[in-house]
Amino acid sequence: MGKAKQIDRRWIFLLIFIGVALPLIFTIGLPLETTKNVQMVYDMVESMPKGSKALISFDYDPASMPELHPMAKALLKHCFDKDINLIFTAMWPMGVQMAEDIMAQLQDDYPDLKYGEDYVNLGFKAGGMVTIQSMGKNFREIFPKDMNGNDIDELPIMDGINNFNNIGFIFSLSAGAPGIKEWVQIAHDAYGRPTSGGCTGVSAPAMLPYVNEQQQLTGLLAGLKAAAEYEILIKTPGTAISGMDAQSIAHLIIIIFIAIGNINYWRNKKAEKKGGK
Amino acid sequence: MEQFFTTLGIWLGVLFTFAIFSFLYKDNHFYKIAEQIFVGLSAGYWFVYTIFFILIPNLYDPLTQDFNANWIKLIPAILGIMMLMRLIPKIEWVSRYPISVVIGTTSGVFFLRYLKSDVLNQLTATMINPFIGESWVIIIGNLMLIIGTICGVIYFYFSKKHTGALGVSAKIGIYFLMISFGAAFGYTAMARISLLIGRLQFLLGDWLGIIQP
Repeated sequence: MGKAKQIDRRWIFLLIFIGVALPLIFTIGLPLETTKNVQMVYDMVESMPKGSKALISFDYDPASMPELHPMAKALLKHCFDKDINLIFTAMWPMGVQMAEDIMAQLQDDYPDLKYGEDYVNLGFKAGGMVTIQSMGKNFREIFPKDMNGNDIDELPIMDGINNFNNIGFIFSLSAGAPGIKEWVQIAHDAYGRPTSGGCTGVSAPAMLPYVNEQQQLTGLLAGLKAAAEYEILIKTPGTAISGMDAQSIAHLIIIIFIAIGNINYWRNKKAEKKGGK
Repeated sequence: MEQFFTTLGIWLGVLFTFAIFSFLYKDNHFYKIAEQIFVGLSAGYWFVYTIFFILIPNLYDPLTQDFNANWIKLIPAILGIMMLMRLIPKIEWVSRYPISVVIGTTSGVFFLRYLKSDVLNQLTATMINPFIGESWVIIIGNLMLIIGTICGVIYFYFSKKHTGALGVSAKIGIYFLMISFGAAFGYTAMARISLLIGRLQFLLGDWLGIIQP
């Protein structure tokens, strides 16, 4: 293919930039449908009785915030609305700060939440799969204290929580390993607890096979689209929904350029054949 | 003072965002500076984090507080020091022992877990009656799942030449693989655009205040 016939890739970058920026400023409101995997997560949370406890693992860092923060926020809102008490942990060091940041954002919406009663942040522990396995045997061995140094025996939310037995469900917000895969392997496959997760778009194809007949994962929130769907389900529009217009426009631009590239390719091939003859 | 540092943080974020984005036009000094600062900061952060959040709470504190109950932690500590011998060419061979312990332990721990979760449970999930489904869409989905799994596995069977029925199945398998790669690429494109959306939400919201952050 002759170089002169190729589009300078910087035009594509510029178009994508504009295509993403404009819908963020001028909202279009493109329709969005709820998919089965997202509905499964929503139904699982809905089915939890009032006062039950869930373990949320923040297994990501700031690099994945644009995708995972909106879904974390939506999930936590749903849980607090249902009076589910939340135990936060992190298999990634920066996950602790991610949980703290979400709670700071939710402070205005839920001013009555009490630390140690409605939620607790146990902090980060290195070890991945081995740590999760030990949590399944004895929570206190891995987390004798929370992230603030409080003895977990003194926190009302931890009453009766010795292992995964009294945990309603486990949810991993994951950007890689350790993350959803490790939680599935231990929490669900070894201890039989309902397990679900939210992941980045890149890791979604590797996680989707766990949403199967065996219910290794009870639904999956994959990428920004799933976060937007969850915001729709809990009727609280957030940054994910506003980002989906931009996402759709960007995809449209990519599709158009793929089509242009292919048409160009076939035209050149045809021209080469003619020239050859 | 807090407000000052918040504003400074936003402006630094903006400058570094533009410095990184400038690479899309062409390689330049601003990009290189931003890249090197990022690498240096990351290395420094992780060095400090490892000492204060891994070594001190998991090794130093237990040993100094109750040595008799925790002396066993000396074994991984010694293995860790042996691993560092890799930096000294003359005694580099010492590092092979802790590496072999790590590989052996990891294989042992992971083997059972992966066998159950990624082989047995996945196989069981595929062994379904395809005709039990609430709608024809689910039934077709079930059939696709079974055909795709079998044909995909056949494609990776190299002990017999892919001709006849085996060849046809392998061909179907490769189509399923291609579609799955396409879907994976779609998810990757979505993830990358999401990151751009995140940056633009920061620029338009936190910095310029045009949109609600």
